[in-house]
Amino acid sequence: MERMLTVIRALGLLLIVFSIAYLMPLVSALIYAETDILHNFMLAMAWTFCAGLLMWFFTRRNKGELTVRHGFLLVFGMWTAMPAFATLPLLLALPGLSFTNAYFETMSGLSTTGATVLTGLDALSPSINLWRHELNWLGGMGIIVLAVAVLPLLGVGGRQLFKAETPGPMKDSSLTPRITETARNLWLVYLVITLICIALLKLAGMNWLDAICHAFATMGLGGFSTHDASIGYFNSPLIEFILIVFMLLAGMNFATHFLAIRGKTLRVYRHDVEGLATLSLILTSCLGIAYFLWWQGTYPDYVTALRHASFNLVSVATDCGFSSVDFGQWPVFAPLWMLFLSCITASSGSTGGGIKMVRTLILFNQAGREFLKLLHPSAVNPMKIGGHVVANNIVFSVLGFIFLYFMTVVTLTFVLLISGLDFISAFTAIIACINNAGPGLNVVGPATNYAILSDFQTWICILAMLLGRLEIFTVLILFTPRFWQR
Amino acid sequence: MKIVILGSGQVGSTVAENLVNEANDITIVDTDASKLHALQNRLDLQTLVGNASHPSVLRQAGLADADMLLAVTQSDEVNMVACKLAASLFNTPTRIARIRSADYLAHPEIFSNDNFCVDFSICPEQILTDYISKLIEFPEALQVLEFSHGKVSLVAVRAFKGGPLVGHELSQLRKHMPQIDTRVAAIFRQDSPIIPEGTTRIEAGDEVFFIADSKNIRQILKEIRRMDKPSKRIMIVGGGNIGRRLALTLEQNYQVKLIEYNKHACETLASELNNTLVLHGDGTDETLLESERVGDVDVFCALTNDDENNIMASLLAKKAGAHKVLALINRSAYVGLVQGGKIDIALSPAHVTIGSLLAYVRQGDVAAVHSLRRGAAEALELIAHGDRKSSQVVGRRLDEINLPKGATIGAIVRNGEVIMGHHDQMIEAEDHLIVFVINKKMISKIEKLFQVNVGFF
Repeated sequence: MERMLTVIRALGLLLIVFSIAYLMPLVSALIYAETDILHNFMLAMAWTFCAGLLMWFFTRRNKGELTVRHGFLLVFGMWTAMPAFATLPLLLALPGLSFTNAYFETMSGLSTTGATVLTGLDALSPSINLWRHELNWLGGMGIIVLAVAVLPLLGVGGRQLFKAETPGPMKDSSLTPRITETARNLWLVYLVITLICIALLKLAGMNWLDAICHAFATMGLGGFSTHDASIGYFNSPLIEFILIVFMLLAGMNFATHFLAIRGKTLRVYRHDVEGLATLSLILTSCLGIAYFLWWQGTYPDYVTALRHASFNLVSVATDCGFSSVDFGQWPVFAPLWMLFLSCITASSGSTGGGIKMVRTLILFNQAGREFLKLLHPSAVNPMKIGGHVVANNIVFSVLGFIFLYFMTVVTLTFVLLISGLDFISAFTAIIACINNAGPGLNVVGPATNYAILSDFQTWICILAMLLGRLEIFTVLILFTPRFWQR
Repeated sequence: MKIVILGSGQVGSTVAENLVNEANDITIVDTDASKLHALQNRLDLQTLVGNASHPSVLRQAGLADADMLLAVTQSDEVNMVACKLAASLFNTPTRIARIRSADYLAHPEIFSNDNFCVDFSICPEQILTDYISKLIEFPEALQVLEFSHGKVSLVAVRAFKGGPLVGHELSQLRKHMPQIDTRVAAIFRQDSPIIPEGTTRIEAGDEVFFIADSKNIRQILKEIRRMDKPSKRIMIVGGGNIGRRLALTLEQNYQVKLIEYNKHACETLASELNNTLVLHGDGTDETLLESERVGDVDVFCALTNDDENNIMASLLAKKAGAHKVLALINRSAYVGLVQGGKIDIALSPAHVTIGSLLAYVRQGDVAAVHSLRRGAAEALELIAHGDRKSSQVVGRRLDEINLPKGATIGAIVRNGEVIMGHHDQMIEAEDHLIVFVINKKMISKIEKLFQVNVGFF
């Protein structure tokens, strides 16, 4: 019980940190002179701050260290509490919005899914839009990683939290000796690339609000937009190109970016096996899908087909979720292939979701090892990724992860089917949510949105997003009896 | 010469043995007293028990008035420190260290006189690896030795019935290959040397040593025996220092399988090698060899530490149908026993590597030494200095030089260009001469021949 109070204390502190995030929409509300919205945000900030303060105040004496076990609990607690508090401004500003839908919207934002239940985004208050996109951005690198970066208060437990929140199977290789320093560096790189993205989008013709919002959504690989038509609103090849580049950057391991910036060299990218595999897979897919669309007569010429195929494919494959056209109307192979890519192409340590490329590589490699074992029973063949040996226990944990991943997809799809959704919508909704990609197909396609789902279905999708963002283990471990045994 | 040797392992003791026989004063230092005791019983040398990197031990070993330090202990670090100490405390003129780690060798500047003061570094395993990989490149040859940074090669090959030149006189060589110049340096028939002349006939079963420009080797080999198919599949038994290095060198161009007994070593090897199939098992386990299809292997190399295992594994492989088998054998008695029988090539690591050390010990300016036929013969690369007055070789035609019988000047390298040693060839200063000596006893005469008269300096 004592330990539980420690978790609550840390949760309180994290909420206090999170309440600072309201400052950005507050400033925007001031600039746009939206008095009502300003009040809403101040209220929301006060609520969050006070809740955090109370939690901290009553448990302030419990300064015990966080164990691995409590790290999981804290991360889970934070990732359910944050979206809840983040709904406050939405609920206050949009009276018709149910809590379920608001929670879906904020969870979608923080988990960088980018699926939305709101319509009339163009008419939405700029500050509310900024708030949604800021959630995308914060969720991308991870709010707890940010807290570890700026607050040493989490102490030794910081490393556990860091591991529980960042995606990927191999988390022990830190970039710097201190976890705080690592987290700080990652956030710094994230911030710098985001600023560059904002500047380029502004130069490419967006207004400041759109540039900031879309840069946030791009770097977090969230995929929220300030327009119902998403990127199709701008109809600008230049903007699409910039976004493609930054989506690919965000889909790579930020540790690689950090090493590249620190060493002032591009050579590190050549050793990033994951990134190279992702890039080559995406490039071939773009060319292939464009050819397919041209051949099917969806677009009259190859160049147009390539433009739309590239943007939408990169957007879905990296788990961002922008759309420039309604790709739900394409022959079904193309969007399904894009959703398949969304399962595997993001790198570990990126802001994308899904299985992650490194796990895919490990599985492929493992299949090769099994073949070799059959041909040469005495062969010694360690798992190697990019010339480095991967320990067998990591291979097993990857196998376990993949099993849980597919079981989760199948189970949740069945639950949606029971609730009355058609197969394509149910399946693609779960895939899009668990990969934090965004749009699915059919009723949840890029031209429509998730508002059509019933409350129950919405909660299932919320669960899928949370499982996807925290990579299943972190969430499911709380539901194992052993976790609660002393 | 007074020489201090640190380390009485395989390298240390072989070097000691060779140098003692050449009338040098040897002191050998090691931590293992029993090893030293055995050595002292056998050879006429002084031994000392102690840590080779301690100044007091080095002083006691008489490094203060030694001409040369040979640091060949198991540890690179001890060898380097000993060289540094020899330079700073005792001013030893020549310091040679055995350095095995590629990491150190990648930074040659650390051996400079400001740092570890290593004049020459040798790596026996690397020499052996190069030697074996040359044999795999030229599967017909028994031995391929390089001089002048690989420009000139000395090749040993067994003549086979059916080779175009076999059964003919040596003078036919020119007519067969008018555009290629080569010299036959020696022929060994039933283990006794024949000094080749124009009228000497090559017979089947002869071991022919010829010297040629490295790029012509393949064509000359063709004249003496039919060519084998180029090797493709290699099997190595033993993943020690040599097996590992060999696999690393070969894995890009050949299909390599490596069998290692130690499971843990297997894992390290597999992580280091990228295109090699690492197998865990015993090299003498015929079921393993069979399931890995040893019969289809082009070259089978048994490179473990254990002579008997190597011989047995090679015999098994040969019986299963491996095309060419090669065994690493430390005991020189065994080498003579098995070479030329079922085992195609018996390698004695000591003899392969001793040459590189001897090059530093020889009087006169010697660039390379290769020990041949288990140390009986030797091939040297000597550099001629001085002029007609101060030197006995410079400014003279080859047939004017007073070479002992049985020694031949096979080739000359002048400014990077290879010139074959014909009798009317003039020698200039700074020429590199490749000299083949069929009996080691002549070496001192040749050394003297190449020494420059004091007046030169």
